[in-house]
Amino acid sequence: MADGNVLTAPGIPAAVAPPRTGRLHRLARRRSTLAFLMTLPLLAVIGGLVAYPFFYAIYLSMLNKRMTRFVGLDNFAFLLTRETFQYVVWQSVIFAVSAVIAKALIGFILAHVLHTLPAKGQRKWRGMLLVPWVIPPAISTLAWWWLFDPTYSAINWMLMGIGAPPVAWLGEPGWARFAVILVNVWYGAPFFMIMYLAALKSVPDQLYEAAAIDGATGWQKLRYVTVPMMRNIIAITVLFSLIVTFANFDIVRILTNGGPQDRTHIFGTYAFQVGIQSGDIPLGSAVSLFMFPILAVFAVFVLRGVTRRSKEMAG
Amino acid sequence: MSGASLTAAGASAPAYQKVGSIRRERRWALIGAYVALAVFVVFFLTPPFHMLVTSLKSSSEIADLAGNPWIVQSPTLENYRDLLHEGNYLLHFRNSVIVTLVVVAITMVISIFAAFALARMRFWGSAVLATGVFLTYLVPETLLFIPLFQIIGGMGLYNNLLAMILIYPTLTVPFCTWIMIGYFSSIPKELDEAALIDGANHFQMLWKIFIPVALPGILAATIFAFTVSWAQFLYPMAFLVSSENMVLTVGIASDLIRGDTFQWGKIMAGALMAAAPPLLVYAFLMDYYIAGLTAGATKG
Repeated sequence: MADGNVLTAPGIPAAVAPPRTGRLHRLARRRSTLAFLMTLPLLAVIGGLVAYPFFYAIYLSMLNKRMTRFVGLDNFAFLLTRETFQYVVWQSVIFAVSAVIAKALIGFILAHVLHTLPAKGQRKWRGMLLVPWVIPPAISTLAWWWLFDPTYSAINWMLMGIGAPPVAWLGEPGWARFAVILVNVWYGAPFFMIMYLAALKSVPDQLYEAAAIDGATGWQKLRYVTVPMMRNIIAITVLFSLIVTFANFDIVRILTNGGPQDRTHIFGTYAFQVGIQSGDIPLGSAVSLFMFPILAVFAVFVLRGVTRRSKEMAG
Repeated sequence: MSGASLTAAGASAPAYQKVGSIRRERRWALIGAYVALAVFVVFFLTPPFHMLVTSLKSSSEIADLAGNPWIVQSPTLENYRDLLHEGNYLLHFRNSVIVTLVVVAITMVISIFAAFALARMRFWGSAVLATGVFLTYLVPETLLFIPLFQIIGGMGLYNNLLAMILIYPTLTVPFCTWIMIGYFSSIPKELDEAALIDGANHFQMLWKIFIPVALPGILAATIFAFTVSWAQFLYPMAFLVSSENMVLTVGIASDLIRGDTFQWGKIMAGALMAAAPPLLVYAFLMDYYIAGLTAGATKG
């Protein structure tokens, strides 16, 4: 960029330059108003439908159930004492952390494996591996629900084929927790794969050649070349996925609806049950808002990673 | 490259042995790679495959516990026919199409203008706003659906498709604006200067230069907006109650499950048809699809 400017600047004849800057100045004066008008719809969406509802949620969460009286932080305090809510907090953490670790590992392995393939075959395999991520999760979870059906489970049919006892996939808390995580991993692993694959392709070949000349083994190349070069993109993807997984709704809602015995509820589904289904809007808002501090911290780190990356790419 | 040719030139007899072992190692690595890929392809494609198999079965074949759930004995299209001829499935499909098309159009207009202003016209607070746009993209819908439920109710839009059209842009606009800022910023400034010298105003500049040059980015953003709108589940779940107003993601389950009766054949047929539009877009525009959904974290 800078080179281009240096090259063109002397090319402009002195006589033409003054009127041009005058015109630019006039344009610049109108520019800020025009720019403001162009961003106005964006500001309306963000302000009216994101920022305002957020503050409204804080207000709502401090009312009593019938929304007639201000109760301060009572809803939050009440939630913390409820056993169900403690399950929700734990389950959300377990769900998000284990699903993200599994997605990141599978994505990393698949990206590496794809990267070793010749370019021609790569496209076909990549196309097939991305399918789970293209089907809307609310739709694909229906297929999983059917696979986990208590009577007709096609997975249990196969288990019986190898002599294993059938599993109550969605009826037993431990298995139900496993099932929602499995479906989330199935849906999200392709995203990690595609992000890592893009990052792997951007690692310069010379680095690997240099490492090979220095006698590095495959593992050492991975440890000292690939991972450091991909560190930022790994961090961004993991943090981003933590936000999305932590705030998940579709999969748990369809697969278990929080059951059995509220053991698979996460923040999103529990807030829905309390706020919309039981009609306790303030308590539901409070449940949702409990997510906010964690999400805010992750979001700040994602932003930092993305800014750093765009600086790297510009520099 | 020069490094590679140097090492090749310097290779003596023992090095040739090594090259051979590397090639053998490569071949084994490749075989291992195909095995790993095959395992994951089976895992990833099992649910859609089972969906297809079930959708082609009659209800009696599905109910037959002695049968193999992975194989169709007598394939039939009756589930598809029933869905398309009775019930509200077509209505749900139409609603999804309407909502998605309108939301995509709104999203693209808002985000192209905003991205143009944020990428090219520095104004007071523009840098903060660009950051704010990205942070808004990170706000999940589960954080805001309860206050939005109240707001939508207050506007009298409860159980109305207009509510979806109003709210979906909160999920699509921030990300589309963000990636469009990236695409617009990568357009050389010389192009705008040339346009300004030729006497173009800002709208002409946007229409005649930015939109054509950034067309791949616009396509990627459009696909993103389409995917998000088509897949949205929480808002219709919370704000739509009567079947004729529902979109596909909530309509299938709500109509085909009556108490304890699950019409699995029809559910799977409906799910497969609902998954078809994004799958088709993906099949034909895979590169744009991937560019759109991965750009957020890789583009500045």
